[in-house]
Amino acid sequence: MSAAPAALDQTGGRATPTLATSPHLHGWWTTPRMMWAVVAALVPSLAAGLAFFGWQAAGVPLAAVAGSAAAEAAINRWRKLPFTLGDGSAVLTGLLLGLILPPSLPLWMAGLGGIVSIGLGKAVFGGLGMNIFNPALVGRAFMQAAFPVSMTTWAANRLAADAVSAATPLALVKFREPGLGAVEVAPPIRDLFLGTIPGCLGETSALAILIGGGALLLLKVANWRTPLAMAAGAALFGGALWACNPAQYPHPLFHLLSGGFLFGALFMATDLVTTPITGRGMAIFGFGAGFLTVLIRLFGGLPEGVMYSILIMNAAVPLINRWMRPRIFGAAR
Amino acid sequence: MVRLRLRDRSFRGGVHPRDEKALTRDLPLQDMPDPDVLLLPLQQHLGRPSVPAVKKGEWVREGQLLAEAQDGISAVVRAPRAGTITALQSGGTASGFPGRMIALKPGPPPPAADGEEARETAPVTLPALDPGAVAPADVVARTRAAGIVGQGGAAFPTAVKLAPPQDAKLDVLIVNGCECEPYLTRDYRLMIERPAELVEGSALLARTLGVARVVIGVENNKLDAAEALRSAAAAPRRAAWTAGIAVEVLPLRTKYPQGAEKMLIEAATRRRVPPGGLPMAVGAAIQNVGTVLAVRDAVVDGRVQTNAVLTVSGRAIRRPANLRVAVGTPIADVIAHCGGLTDEVARIIVGGPMMGVAQHDLAAPVVKACSGILALTREELGPSLEPGNCVRCGRCAEACPLNLVPSRLSRLAERQRFEEARDSGIEVCMECGTCAFTCPSHVPLVQWLRLGKQEARKLGRRAS
Repeated sequence: MSAAPAALDQTGGRATPTLATSPHLHGWWTTPRMMWAVVAALVPSLAAGLAFFGWQAAGVPLAAVAGSAAAEAAINRWRKLPFTLGDGSAVLTGLLLGLILPPSLPLWMAGLGGIVSIGLGKAVFGGLGMNIFNPALVGRAFMQAAFPVSMTTWAANRLAADAVSAATPLALVKFREPGLGAVEVAPPIRDLFLGTIPGCLGETSALAILIGGGALLLLKVANWRTPLAMAAGAALFGGALWACNPAQYPHPLFHLLSGGFLFGALFMATDLVTTPITGRGMAIFGFGAGFLTVLIRLFGGLPEGVMYSILIMNAAVPLINRWMRPRIFGAAR
Repeated sequence: MVRLRLRDRSFRGGVHPRDEKALTRDLPLQDMPDPDVLLLPLQQHLGRPSVPAVKKGEWVREGQLLAEAQDGISAVVRAPRAGTITALQSGGTASGFPGRMIALKPGPPPPAADGEEARETAPVTLPALDPGAVAPADVVARTRAAGIVGQGGAAFPTAVKLAPPQDAKLDVLIVNGCECEPYLTRDYRLMIERPAELVEGSALLARTLGVARVVIGVENNKLDAAEALRSAAAAPRRAAWTAGIAVEVLPLRTKYPQGAEKMLIEAATRRRVPPGGLPMAVGAAIQNVGTVLAVRDAVVDGRVQTNAVLTVSGRAIRRPANLRVAVGTPIADVIAHCGGLTDEVARIIVGGPMMGVAQHDLAAPVVKACSGILALTREELGPSLEPGNCVRCGRCAEACPLNLVPSRLSRLAERQRFEEARDSGIEVCMECGTCAFTCPSHVPLVQWLRLGKQEARKLGRRAS
């Protein structure tokens, strides 16, 4: 855009029409608006987490947001880049990280995680839009490696029927006594849906996640294909195993409602930057992430697999984008 | 009644800008008084410029030939009004490129000198032809003589489109009444005010092209226009000679760019024009409603194309209007006629807001295919944002009606990987602006795509 020459001006200098190439109109959604919309969509999950784990748990997401925001501001200042906290992306990364951490985590660890998310997850790649891996998950993967004990120490859920036990449903199923069936140790589906179970701050309540995530799907800030395909991938693979041996393997619905599955499907796998561009690509990404999640949960060493499955699929995105180019309108098959 | 249905036909992709047609849709077409001077570019059409056939100082009759068409793709320019040729000059045009133009001062002829015969001053008219009997070749000749160019935006000389090659097998004429560009209501007014003539003209063109079926596509935000056309197309209202031609009015979903040739043809016939192909590749011919009426007027009434029909709108125009103006009227005069600009004007556009051209010189004239003059405020342009990094959200690919991946093509153009861009179909892009409209980072996608297309075309030329 540049100011137009005076010949244009019919308003006696009181207005300055600008020049630009078409299109002259822009849609309402901008990147900052989309980022802040996701932040807003996380509020139900945050509120549920505080209800389950107490007000003091608010420190974890606050520390994570503070860490990522401070890292973004400091790195931009050091690299002499514009101040970008207003675009909401760093705050979103910090909040996403904070909500997938145990509620009782020492705050300095959460803050450090936020710094790593932005530093190693985003800035090293060149900032917004350039990163390959989901920054919040990079931060969490770092913390899983650095603080293995704290990252698997869970607080009891105040609203749970059993308000003392602090083992997550996934751990109960994974590390159950030999001879016990998956069904016998898994909590009722109703508890998983409402979130009255131990777990990460923002991950336990399927209901809260569906409210926020559903709003994003309706607003088309998140593409419905990815979460749907991820659910399909997990349900088909998990369901096939369950059908073969219902005593050994958990019900597919358990996979969808436990751990970080829904949170990952609606808020991590729908990240704009680190997921495929085309609809078919998004479907493949989601399906792969769902499949890998069940694979890791049932056959890996860890009780939960959402984080690694999404990170692995992140790495596959350039390849998916290359293979899944749409056929040009009217081109021969 | 033509009712709005959720499943009205459409195409994959596209966007929904606010249509803003309420500003002018109920304002009947009005004639604007002639300005002091008309500027008539020799190039008001796609193809080769016309060649002046008059001299400075000469007085010309309305409708008189001012510039001859060249061989091949070209179009004549006729005098929109009687007047004196004051100059053959260079000047700015609304396309942004300077061009040669004829300046004409409307007015009566100079008094005849003693002994000189009184000259003919009546407008030049062509003999009226019987639309039911005229030979196709005569329709083409008349269209060429009248200097008619496509009113849909590209300004392609219509006579060329009416004479397809012998081996083309056409079975349907599609009349484009979509008017998918926001703000514009000129086609809507033509459909509402002249439905019978539009149906007659459609039948005339169908006969000329040798097809027995006409589909008039209208977006479903103009169902009253669809209704008017449908009732005009009902058999008892039509001339006997049109009996063998089926005229169908097809409501379409309101979505940009529904009026793009390929999109409309797909919606109307479910056939997809292949990349680089013409509509005739799938048996279709397509004409804008304004073009159909211009051809009809030239044949049935013997009129030449001397007026442009356009919408003047936007919230920075004091009195929006739908106008009939003499071709060659400077944009500044049109704006002044509409009460002038408000202080909130942020951009002045000739054409629609999605594909039109921002103006830097309001002395530039209205040309034959001009569909609108818009003066928009800052708020109307949408959110203001510095172009940022692509965030790879894929919204552009989801919206691209031609299934391209605009973010990738623009990155290839930016990195000067033009060969790869060409192999990925960049030349298919029609610059509709859908991708850039939807891009949340305001990446200047269309600009990069234009550059990429240009360079890709050069590569092709070098190779051949």
